[in-house]
Amino acid sequence: MIKNNRLTNEQYEQNFADIHPPYENITAAKVDANRCLFCYDAPCMKSCPTSIDVPKFIKQIATENIKGSAKTIFSSNIMGAGCSKVCPVEKLCEGACVYNLLEEEPIPIAKLQRYSTEKAMENNWQLFERKPSAGKKVAIVGAGPAGLSCAHVLSREGIDVTIYEKESKGGGLMTYGIAAYKVTPQFCEEEVNYITSIGGIEIKYNRELGKDITLSQLKKEYDAVYLGIGVGVARQLDIPGEKLEGVVDAIEFIYDIRSKGYPSVPVGDKVAVIGMGMTAIDAATQAKRLGAKEVTMLYRRTEAEMPCTKHELDIAMLDGCEVIWLAAPQKIKGSAGKVKQLVCSKMKLGEPDASGRRSPVDTGETFTLDVDMVIKAAGQVPFEKLVKKSRLDNKNGKIVVNENCATNIKGVFSGGDAVNGGKEVVDAVQAGKDGAKAILKYLKIMN
Amino acid sequence: MADITSNFLGIKSPNPFWLASAPPTDKKYNVLRAFEAGWGGVVWKTLGSQVKNVSSRYSAVDFGGQRVMGFNNIELISDRPLDINLKEIAECVRLFPDRAMIVSLMADNDKKSWHELIKKVEDTGAHGLELNFGCPHGMTERGMGAAVGQDPEIACMVVEWVMEAATIPVITKLTPNVHSVVPTGRSVVKAGTNGLSLINTIQSVTGIDLDTLVPNPYVAGKSVFGGYCGPAVKPIALKMLTTIAQDELTKKVPISGIGGISTWKDAVEFMLLGASNVQVCTAAMKHGFRIIEDLCEGLNNWMDEKGFATLDDFIGKSVPTITHWEDLDINYHHIAKINQDKCIHCGLCYIACEDTSHQSINLAYGKPYNTYTIKEEECVGCNLCQLVCPVDDCITMEEHRVAPEYLNWVEFQKRGLPLNDH
Repeated sequence: MIKNNRLTNEQYEQNFADIHPPYENITAAKVDANRCLFCYDAPCMKSCPTSIDVPKFIKQIATENIKGSAKTIFSSNIMGAGCSKVCPVEKLCEGACVYNLLEEEPIPIAKLQRYSTEKAMENNWQLFERKPSAGKKVAIVGAGPAGLSCAHVLSREGIDVTIYEKESKGGGLMTYGIAAYKVTPQFCEEEVNYITSIGGIEIKYNRELGKDITLSQLKKEYDAVYLGIGVGVARQLDIPGEKLEGVVDAIEFIYDIRSKGYPSVPVGDKVAVIGMGMTAIDAATQAKRLGAKEVTMLYRRTEAEMPCTKHELDIAMLDGCEVIWLAAPQKIKGSAGKVKQLVCSKMKLGEPDASGRRSPVDTGETFTLDVDMVIKAAGQVPFEKLVKKSRLDNKNGKIVVNENCATNIKGVFSGGDAVNGGKEVVDAVQAGKDGAKAILKYLKIMN
Repeated sequence: MADITSNFLGIKSPNPFWLASAPPTDKKYNVLRAFEAGWGGVVWKTLGSQVKNVSSRYSAVDFGGQRVMGFNNIELISDRPLDINLKEIAECVRLFPDRAMIVSLMADNDKKSWHELIKKVEDTGAHGLELNFGCPHGMTERGMGAAVGQDPEIACMVVEWVMEAATIPVITKLTPNVHSVVPTGRSVVKAGTNGLSLINTIQSVTGIDLDTLVPNPYVAGKSVFGGYCGPAVKPIALKMLTTIAQDELTKKVPISGIGGISTWKDAVEFMLLGASNVQVCTAAMKHGFRIIEDLCEGLNNWMDEKGFATLDDFIGKSVPTITHWEDLDINYHHIAKINQDKCIHCGLCYIACEDTSHQSINLAYGKPYNTYTIKEEECVGCNLCQLVCPVDDCITMEEHRVAPEYLNWVEFQKRGLPLNDH
């Protein structure tokens, strides 16, 4: 049965508490900071999409120069606070830490980054100064990581930025698409406020491109436009029964948890989650944490090909989620319009596909799971209709840009998930920086 | 098992570890706890004229996340009444007859005071005396402590007074706050001291509170120079010890080594450079008396591994290996080698060499891991890369002699050989 309000407030609080608690004090942070070897041309830094100077900011914690440490982080990544909570660091900075090569625990880089950035936010340290107005206006569509990062770089250079956001809050997927035990909506709001506190950035909420505004309008009113519109709805499974009551989109499910609050979000007794990406993990673990009795994750390939990290999978396993590898949904059976069973094809691995991963091949055998809820987390698809309507060159809805982040329309730039189809927050932040640089060049503010 | 019993001037102790004259040895309670823990002996905190102490008394230097790399104090000699000290010393000697009891002394600067004090102390049954000619603060203003040790003539005079009265062995403790410890050392040996001990603490300022702008240790808005000790001073102490162990006159008397000894390895190093035994203070003040266990066990295991049956088998063994620069072999050359299987690609060797040495390490870019190799023809064999490498035995120094025969600088010049090729 699908129902909400399964737990007590205390249980919700416990289940959704911060999964990686911060350092309690400077002494604790310094113990780890002092372990850092201060590598030269550091592998951690090279493994960060935004190239944060990790050894430098950690050394600055060790010398108790926390302000300097925060500035080092934010100079490379203005969402350094959020990234410290949501980055899959095990495959980025921490995964490259040289201590791994000694079979020792890597430096807890994310936790140290959280320490400095949270101090900066708590104390509202203004670490950047906006240059005098350059007399140029730029419109950014989407107040997600790409848009905010782009806006901050532009504002620092004296550009007046207006962000159009279709939701009522900024942060994009950070606010709406990530498990609540990683970042809270309140944190996301504080982060957006901190970023925009530099001034020169106005966010217009509830203004959707294609509905409330058009690209040609923006083009007319601004000197340049940056599209950081991200990706949209979950990929359809295109199987029978997808319209039954109890079949939900993972992004919507997570969005509801973030926007409506834990007790309001209904969850089944027996939940199936389709997919094995980060969003699938966030959906599965949160379904369990909302009180689902059984959660089963289904993936059509094996652990070797899964998109999520081992660390993420471990979180799901520790939460008691079951995993069935080599299983593809074939049809959803229901009665009285409600989900009752999920029929799956047993797969095996065939030849490598375009992604280089071995592709799943149907064995012809099936099995059936009794479920009352199916969460679809098999990836997200771009805003194809909107992109095409705006006459933007695209590849299946993914906006095509050149090496200068420029689209086919003069003065219109893009980056982040809208271009790459969906990557990490930290990748979007870098895309925003790149976009801002391209715009500054286009506006002849920078060479 | 090796025999680690020690005999210093006929004063026997079950091991060569004495607690130095300092707060840990200023009363019966501490000393009994030390003996129970296993310490071989103590040098009772200096007795002498009446003093008054202040608070605070200590401050420290932390380094790289470790507390108390260096330590300083502005405490004076014992501020407890003399008769209580004497009574407690006698009790400790009675309760632990197998341990060494040395009493540190600093009498007023006249013969009579010294003679009276020596008589009283000898009555306790103590086994030896240590003359405090080293305390660098407080007492110097009254012409005592380092003020005596810094002037060979005064030191000689005081030792002569002492030797007239003393019937038990006398050890003279030297101050490091001089350009060389040898002149005072020679002077007091001539005056008849039976042994020497060194070093006392070094005058220092450990740091400044960056909020109040007042240096440490803080006493009502002011500070004074304190005596520096702890691991940080060990290299300085070893150098001073060596000069005493190599001098023709001072090497005739046994030396008790002091200065930053925290581990059995430190102790062995002092003994290899001529100390017959060692005294410990800061390490005990940081961790308590329980450190004596590993001091003894580590020493014992090392001696077994090296085949030394008694302490005398290795005391002073490294003294002849410290020579004059002019006697070094110029034909000796070694070159760094990076073991690629052990390398963790931290780049610390590279940046140290590139920025501050001889640009002898090659960087081959990799993402995320660079590969570092030695440019053999450029390497001068300075050791810097090996010293900064965080992995044991990853960088080794491989011997590549320039020529097989020994050649020193004097001979090199005589032969008119070419100068630097780097």
